[in-house]
Amino acid sequence: MNETNRFEPRIIAYVCNWCTYLGADLAGTNRLEYPANVRIIRFPCTGRIDFNLIVKAFEAGADAVLVSGCHPGDCHYTAGNYHARRRWMLFRQLLDTLGIDLNRIHFTWISAAEGRKWAQVVTGITEQTRQMGPYTAYREIARASA
Amino acid sequence: MARIGVFTCWCGENVARHVDIEKVTETVAQMPGVRCSINYKYMCSDPGQAQIRDKIQSERLTGLVVASCSPHMHLKTFRKAAQTAGLNPYLVEMANIREHCSWVHHNREEATAKALDLIRMSVEKVKRDHELVPIRVPLTRRALVIGGGVAGIQAALDIADAGHEVALVEREPSIGGKMAGLSETFPTLDCSQCILTPRMVEVGQHPNIKLYTYSEVESVEGYVGNFKITIRQKARYVDMVKCTGCGDCWNSCPIKKNLSEFDCGMGFRKAIYIPFPQAVPARPVIDRLACTRLKRGTGCGLCEKKCQAKAINFADEDKLVVEQAGAVIVATGYKLYNIAKEQDNAQLSGYGEYGYGKYKDVIDALQFERLVSASGPTGGEIKRPSDGKIPQSVVFIKCVGSRDNAKGLAYCSKICCMYTAKHTMLYKHKTPGGEAHVFYMDIRAGGKAYDEFVRRAIEQDGAKYYRGRVSKITEENGKLIVRGADTLAGAPVTIEADMVVLAVAMRPADGVHALAQKLNVGYDEFGFLSESHPKLRPVETNAAGVFICGACHAPKDIPEAVAQASAAAGKTLVMFGREELTREPEIARINEQTCAACYTCVRGCPYTAIERAETLTPKGVHVKYTARVNEGLCMGCGTCVALCPSKSAELEGFTEQQIYSMVESLMT
Amino acid sequence: MTSAASIGYYPGCALHGSSNDYEASVRACLGALGVELCELNDWICCGATAAHSLNHNLAVALPARNLAIAERDGVRELLAPCPMCSMELIRGNRAMARDEKLRRKMSEIVELNIKGETKVLNLIQVFQGIGMDAIKAAVKYPLTEISAACYYGCLLTRPPEDLRFDDCEHPSSMETIIEALGGKTVEWNYKTECCGAGMTLANTDTVLELSHKILSNARAHGANCVVAACPMCHVNLDMKQGDVERRYGVRHGMMIYYLSDLTGLALGIDAHTLGIDRHFVVTK
Repeated sequence: MNETNRFEPRIIAYVCNWCTYLGADLAGTNRLEYPANVRIIRFPCTGRIDFNLIVKAFEAGADAVLVSGCHPGDCHYTAGNYHARRRWMLFRQLLDTLGIDLNRIHFTWISAAEGRKWAQVVTGITEQTRQMGPYTAYREIARASA
Repeated sequence: MARIGVFTCWCGENVARHVDIEKVTETVAQMPGVRCSINYKYMCSDPGQAQIRDKIQSERLTGLVVASCSPHMHLKTFRKAAQTAGLNPYLVEMANIREHCSWVHHNREEATAKALDLIRMSVEKVKRDHELVPIRVPLTRRALVIGGGVAGIQAALDIADAGHEVALVEREPSIGGKMAGLSETFPTLDCSQCILTPRMVEVGQHPNIKLYTYSEVESVEGYVGNFKITIRQKARYVDMVKCTGCGDCWNSCPIKKNLSEFDCGMGFRKAIYIPFPQAVPARPVIDRLACTRLKRGTGCGLCEKKCQAKAINFADEDKLVVEQAGAVIVATGYKLYNIAKEQDNAQLSGYGEYGYGKYKDVIDALQFERLVSASGPTGGEIKRPSDGKIPQSVVFIKCVGSRDNAKGLAYCSKICCMYTAKHTMLYKHKTPGGEAHVFYMDIRAGGKAYDEFVRRAIEQDGAKYYRGRVSKITEENGKLIVRGADTLAGAPVTIEADMVVLAVAMRPADGVHALAQKLNVGYDEFGFLSESHPKLRPVETNAAGVFICGACHAPKDIPEAVAQASAAAGKTLVMFGREELTREPEIARINEQTCAACYTCVRGCPYTAIERAETLTPKGVHVKYTARVNEGLCMGCGTCVALCPSKSAELEGFTEQQIYSMVESLMT
Repeated sequence: MTSAASIGYYPGCALHGSSNDYEASVRACLGALGVELCELNDWICCGATAAHSLNHNLAVALPARNLAIAERDGVRELLAPCPMCSMELIRGNRAMARDEKLRRKMSEIVELNIKGETKVLNLIQVFQGIGMDAIKAAVKYPLTEISAACYYGCLLTRPPEDLRFDDCEHPSSMETIIEALGGKTVEWNYKTECCGAGMTLANTDTVLELSHKILSNARAHGANCVVAACPMCHVNLDMKQGDVERRYGVRHGMMIYYLSDLTGLALGIDAHTLGIDRHFVVTK
């Protein structure tokens, strides 16, 4: 196990069923080891991923959130990932205003063939979040306003 | 009260090596709502599934979580097992503790903790799953085929021969497509028309095929099993029923100098014409832009006077016809890249170095086909366009436009290596002593008897092949000076040619994008239509019930186009063979109680699956407007859920409550 | 362009050396059209063929410095009459516009901040800026005797993706100018073919062969002179014409004018001022 006091971040990944979920499957098939901090929640498409879900994850205690779908042009539903991207562009300012640390939200494209990228992305986010420390600030706000 | 059964799989050693199965089973048993928690070596095996079925019945389970591999691997398996035991299959969830856990986390403690989290989430999710039934969609067992080239003909005949009705829509006055204009075909050198025209006649006479020539698809409504297609029949000015095809009209027409589309501009036709003698239907059409009478409104009318059958109708107008179909096959084919300066796409540029098409004796491959064809404007004698002389030296240039990022098209057009070899053979056979020079980048002749064919052109018929590009063509005293490189010899080559034939790139036919948008079919950066999966679903598209075949999908030769057409017909027949269509029920629903009819979802839906609906009282009094999901069209992406400002849209299987409870379960 | 307009002028090595006749005619005819040339202070080599074949950084840094001093001195339009120079300057400018990191690096190297605000022009573009109507109005002696083969050489239009000037293979901008001056032009096949360029001394055989083809083709299409806008082309077609004739045993006797020469003549400037009397092939 880790050194006793090491902080283990809790990361929630909202991913689409057709690209990133399969990319993570491929990382498994290829036995690519990566930190066990991520919990995947599967959606049909990143187009479904409402920004409430990101806020909810932080409220519940996540230290980082990853949203990942198909590469532009590869969406199983033609254009869902474009919706997700546009939403991200628009909502990041809003999330910033809400007081959410944008460095804790990650947005990537990972295809079904990119098992290695999935492992790398998760490793990177885990490391980065570990250095940033637990996201207590937002949790406290959430608790206070509840 | 939920009664959830959790079944944890060892997957032999695959999960068990890194996840403490016993600990997982015990801990899961304590989770709220879990009725039973058991583990087994191979859950997907028959004994494994039998345990699941037994428990469903003995414990009267209301939901099932299988903690094993990826749902992409076995969700269907376990859903089926549940159904067999009388549990609604949509009350089954999987926790992926293999691909997402044991295979990627080798620290036993961490992997076990994560496995528990994944199962906890699935338990929370399955508690909130709803019983769903597959959506049943009615099915019209009629097909619409768009495009009457060899691919469309093949698909239409296959379906019609299987006993189903087909509507075949062709834009030109006759079916036959590009193949009808070809001379001989590789690698057998058998005559193209001899193969194709009997098939065309079959289409024309088939009791199950309704032919719409000189027609285009105007609009498409509906969805798989139930398409409603509006077809525009362009004004032909000839009554198809009265006309006997005798030819008195076109023989009398005085407007002679119209470039023949069928002859690729190498010959002329009248203002009233049939494109070629074997046309199907063998009925003429009046070119409204060429006909004196139609242009001026008065005068001429010679064809009308000559017609015994009284079939000429100058007052004819476009007609809209509606066809119902359960499946649509797109076979719209290709056009050739044009080297002219003006291009229809800003990404493309023409070939100034080959004269932008201003040299008369620089022609493209289809024009050469017409020159060689016995039915062509020269009766099969190879005479060059500028002065009608027989060219003693012909240069063939391959990869013009294709495989050239600088010109905008990166792909290989695939058939040019073969037809260029064929062209050199046909030329050499018809012109004793003539020289055929070929400039190529690579010779790609994969296919049955293909490479042998190319070798024959080189070794037996003596075509000279140079591996290199042509940098410039200039015109000098009636000769075309072709300057290129022979990279194998490492020397520049200059050839004084009488004619140059360009193997220009294949591009998707005009108008295919507008059609693709009507059908909700995707296309790539070059405009070729996208298949659903490049290997496993090569003729399906992402629009259910729409299939593609032939060169609208990618450059391909006749055998490939025909094979793909039969595949598309086969897929259509598979669909028609079913009792009824069913669709996955994990689709969006609108809560009409809270919907404010802003229609953000209507605009955002990639499948135009959300409609504007009106709620009426039983007496027919207007209550309110709402959005409503069309179950036949919704693909379940959930875009509308994220878009809806009033939270009135939900996606079955992925509801907000489900996700929230999953997230919350993690953080306790 | 108003009368007494002033634009920056980048002569490059040729116009200050072997092709000072070109400079004389450019200055004289633009002066007559009311365009004053302000030579860049402290300009350096454009890099020519040597830099880009040796060192990518150098190939951008050399034009970068010239562009930087032009910007520093407030020059918005910079004429580089040698197509090699204008091509290198434009290419450098575009490379920096495409790549911010490169721009910053170059700014550091040349110790001046390069913003990319100076537009580099070739001679034809300056005439286009003056406008065909203004040129027509200024003509005193229309070139009625002239049947010109306009020769662009390899560099005026290439590489097209960077220069974006005229049609790469079938340019016509020079023809438009000659016709505005009252001259005739011929359609011919060697408008954009290579003359051998810098191979004049290193590979004379190639230069003679290529120049011979160019001259022959111009004559075959009825030209009585060739118009060039490049010092290198002029050297190979004019200076080497005697050698071409000796090698191939033909008599070309083809006058090779700079575009500015013919413009100057039409405007009434004498041949001496235009430097035409310093050409090797002389008027019969």
